[in-house]
Amino acid sequence: MRRSQVQARINGADIDFLCEPRQSLLEVLRDELGLTGTKEGCANGNCGACSVMLNGRIVNSCCVLGVEAEGAEVTTIEGVAHGDQLHPLQQAFLEEAALQCGICTPGFIIGAKALLDREPNADEQRIRHWLAGNLCRCTGYDKIIRAVLRAEEHMQEATKA
Amino acid sequence: MEAFAYVAPKSLAEAYTVLANGKSSQLLAGGTDVIVQLREGRRHCDQVIDLKHIPELMGMRWLPDGTLEIGAAKPLAEIYEDAEVARRLPGLIDAASLIGGIQVQSRASLGGNLCNASPAADSPPALMVLGARLVIGSSSGTRELPVEQFFAGPGRNVLAPGELLLAVKVPPPGPHAASFYLRFIPRNEMDIAVASAGAFLRLDATGGRIEAARVALGAVGPTPLMSAGAAAALVGQAPTREVFEKAGAAAAETATPITDMRGSAAQRRHLVSVLTIRALEGALQRAREAR
Ligand code: FES
Ligand code: FES
Repeated sequence: MRRSQVQARINGADIDFLCEPRQSLLEVLRDELGLTGTKEGCANGNCGACSVMLNGRIVNSCCVLGVEAEGAEVTTIEGVAHGDQLHPLQQAFLEEAALQCGICTPGFIIGAKALLDREPNADEQRIRHWLAGNLCRCTGYDKIIRAVLRAEEHMQEATKA
Repeated sequence: MEAFAYVAPKSLAEAYTVLANGKSSQLLAGGTDVIVQLREGRRHCDQVIDLKHIPELMGMRWLPDGTLEIGAAKPLAEIYEDAEVARRLPGLIDAASLIGGIQVQSRASLGGNLCNASPAADSPPALMVLGARLVIGSSSGTRELPVEQFFAGPGRNVLAPGELLLAVKVPPPGPHAASFYLRFIPRNEMDIAVASAGAFLRLDATGGRIEAARVALGAVGPTPLMSAGAAAALVGQAPTREVFEKAGAAAAETATPITDMRGSAAQRRHLVSVLTIRALEGALQRAREAR
């Protein structure tokens, strides 16, 4: 099958890439663009490990075709930190030891960021409900939720300051 | 995944032309089912037609008579985040906010949920009790049909070759009327219904008598089912627990459940009556609040 040329804005940079229509956005990110921060857990839309932002909404990139990204804005885990400065969520995940194998972590951080950007005061129940599409087989979730709550606190303080 | 071509028509006319080009097609809206099915070899096609660049399929608007017209490919999150929709049609939000997690809701559409025709899908019973109609288009024009006539069996709908599902039209419930949808799943979130029920009630001005009623069931037959028996047990009666229990029993009679990995036939039949009663109670409360 002929490869299609696709133009998208990925983590703030205009990127041109070639891909086959059957390649998922996840495969394009990892195999064509070398952005291996986004993980594949299930490849069938159940685990959320492959979460990325697509035009301002969180999606499972394994359930998006790479060609669908034409003209789109994509943010992956690689676009979350500011240079060497970790995002408060990344910092909190480290401090709360909210990861073990780490496969689910990029998806959780993209997911939690999507929520906190919209709802900076989300409570624990809201956070748990929002993150129901992200699975973790290691941590038992509590540490992840604690990390998100901690990051939320830091982000609230930062906006006050 | 097998190779296929990708086409993204920008208009309905263009889409109908592509549909008629002799190649086997797979329509793509949110892709949350289709892309997985293609990857797993459960679907095959020469071309994938992405419908999301066709304005008619992505819009949502109120018609003069208060009907909500929703483009078939519009993502669920864009529907349930609309405050006006949430206020006027809470029974639709019950289902739209229940399908998948947030990642799925960013992409999945009512049209996809309907066309996929899973007997356990959440949107059909919710739309059936609201009296929703579907707008179906082809190069020769459009037709409309009640949503309950859209399903032909598990995974099968009545679209003819060359036809597209364009929009879902949800009429206003009217005064003293509302609907409610719920399902039973063994987990708290993110699962497929073992059984589900939607209910619609319209009360008279005093609130003491049921003027109109509809009950629809999911996951207990080869297609979503309307329960005429349950409706008959309700209309003309007072909205009491006893009447709701009779309707629940009638709904269980309508159900033709099977036993599978999600539940036994007997459990499902029992669930149908419980869920029907709860859906009616939910609809009653909303109808009393609706003015
Ligand atoms: S890898 Fe995409 S949802 Fe699991
Ligand atoms: S840390 Fe291993 S899956 Fe979450």
